[in-house]
Amino acid sequence: MSLRVLVGVKRVIDYAVKIRVRPDKLGVVTDGVKHSMNPFDEIAIEEAVRLKEKKIAKEVVAVSCGPTQAQETIRTALAMGADRGIHVEIPAKEVERLEPIHVAKIMAKLVELEKADLVVLGKQAIDDDANATAQMTAALLDWPQATFASKIEKTDGELTVVREIDGGLESIKVKLPAVISADLRLNEPRYATLPNIMKAKKKKIAKMKASDLGVDTTPHYDVVEVNEPPVREAGIKVENVDTLVEKLKEGGLV
Amino acid sequence: MLSLSCGIHKVGNGLSRVMCILEPCVTKLGVTGVTASHRRYVTSLNPSHGLTEEQTAIHQLATDFAAKEMLPNMALWDEKELFPVDTMRAAAALGFGAIYASEEYGGTGLSRLDASIIFEALSKGCTSTTAYISIHNMCAWMIDHFGNASQKEQWIPQLAAMEKFASYCLTEPGAGSDAASLSTAAKRDGADLVLNGSKAFISGGGDTDVYLVMCRTGGPGPKGISCVLVEKGTPGLNFGKKERKVGWNSQPTRMVIFEDCRIPATNILGSEGQGFSIAMKGLNGGRINIASCSLGAAQASLEAAVDYVKVRKQFSKPLASFQNTQFRLAEMGTEVVASRLLVRNAARALQDDHPDTVPLCSMAKYFVTERCFQVINEALQLHGGYGYLKDYPVQQYLRDSRVHMILEGTNEVMRLLIARHILSEWK
Repeated sequence: MSLRVLVGVKRVIDYAVKIRVRPDKLGVVTDGVKHSMNPFDEIAIEEAVRLKEKKIAKEVVAVSCGPTQAQETIRTALAMGADRGIHVEIPAKEVERLEPIHVAKIMAKLVELEKADLVVLGKQAIDDDANATAQMTAALLDWPQATFASKIEKTDGELTVVREIDGGLESIKVKLPAVISADLRLNEPRYATLPNIMKAKKKKIAKMKASDLGVDTTPHYDVVEVNEPPVREAGIKVENVDTLVEKLKEGGLV
Repeated sequence: MLSLSCGIHKVGNGLSRVMCILEPCVTKLGVTGVTASHRRYVTSLNPSHGLTEEQTAIHQLATDFAAKEMLPNMALWDEKELFPVDTMRAAAALGFGAIYASEEYGGTGLSRLDASIIFEALSKGCTSTTAYISIHNMCAWMIDHFGNASQKEQWIPQLAAMEKFASYCLTEPGAGSDAASLSTAAKRDGADLVLNGSKAFISGGGDTDVYLVMCRTGGPGPKGISCVLVEKGTPGLNFGKKERKVGWNSQPTRMVIFEDCRIPATNILGSEGQGFSIAMKGLNGGRINIASCSLGAAQASLEAAVDYVKVRKQFSKPLASFQNTQFRLAEMGTEVVASRLLVRNAARALQDDHPDTVPLCSMAKYFVTERCFQVINEALQLHGGYGYLKDYPVQQYLRDSRVHMILEGTNEVMRLLIARHILSEWK
């Protein structure tokens, strides 16, 4: 089994940044703000690279749909062990309006062009929390999907995937080719090493536009308003457990 | 209100965050409308500005490693005086063990500027440990640059991986700034050299595996000095007690004592009589590294002070709204940017073998170690009483960076070197 794995990596605002809503209330401030690879995508790349090290995969291709700076994100993936990258250039103004369905269509087309056998994506991006791209990609390709993966094992021509679901853990078998979305506990991403960062410079990143892949990135919905969350109010102290239960009941919480 | 499960917090409209429990304060110094092209050429308060794409990736790696692997342990290592061998080996696995030694025998083959960026970033995690890592790097480079093939083959791979650790032995109880007057003697006896004497204040001494020892093989003065490699376990190699220090507590410091210590003459690094020159060339880079460590400590302290003054209120206002506080922060920020420019410039000079390398490295060393110490001191003051508590990191950055004005050549010696250069220019 020697799979070609496509991994999606998204450039998002770094998790540690204090987010501010833009004055026009249609989005958040991104100018000059620190960005990095979506943490779940780091986990996805790590898993793909481990599959290569176990000789289950033969090639890992990192894909990013985004502005020019998305190349930095692809370079990070290359430094972690991906073999080459594909940058689908989305003009900076349109990046915010790019939807999971657009990305899914792009991924599906790339799967076809690259003859990929496995797609691994992060379960969701930490900016929009959409949690839709993996599922849509699988549907477009008519491939099985194993989402919220916390463990992946190869068994014969199939993958056994343990999924994190509301009730606990679910184990499923999927036939290849398939789409997987990575959850938090799938692995702990490695640090890139300095030699790998230097080698990453020489790895190839192919550039293309969404239109080259026949994908129309016209938005399907408009953002009406973006607001900060309500300011957290002070709580109250209660004397004993009985009063606590009373208050919880009052608030309709139990 | 019942709280959400730990792990993922929902903040804002659809923005979730994976929260690290021991996450350090992150401030957004330098967040303005900076375009990609500005980042390439301009040095600013944000240490990742003015870097190439590759350097940006290197900086990010060092920053992440420092935040996750070092910062949570910084106080513990200081309090318990632990030499964090495992963490340093993890750093070495990423290529931080022999950063600017050539790739030929296993070094990482990066530039002095890359090393400066790395040490500055790592210092935010633990200044003392980073300073030791920089000393280890200096030793690895000395072997890589001056050693013969067999010495390089034997030592570079082990030092790059930090399987073995190195120490630099120049200073003696009777020879500090007057290093060329050192008296540790190495007498020829057949195919061997027999060492007698002692070295003082050796970083890593007693715990490290290989010692680069500057000793007297010839007559008086610098030309009579050779650099030799002495391995731990060699009979006659002994150590004094572990010193109790104000800072740099994550590295042991001991006297290194030679009593009829016999080594093969093939352990000479470079040629006989070249030792002082080798020592000084090593220190040029060492000075940039130590300055970079001070810079990282100052950056961390400045960021901590900014976070603190925004939150701490007195007289019904945050400290940040008082003009005095603002003026102090402005001065601190300016010193940090000036320091960054000086250090990175010196790194480039050394890399390019610029004729002014020695004075530029000396300028960077004395200016940065002094000014950054003052920045850290100011940052402590801005924290008020809390700054004096070991619960807050600024006091550790202060104690760790204090010695940077003294070692690798005192700042007074740095002034001598600069003056010598200035006075010679007009001959």
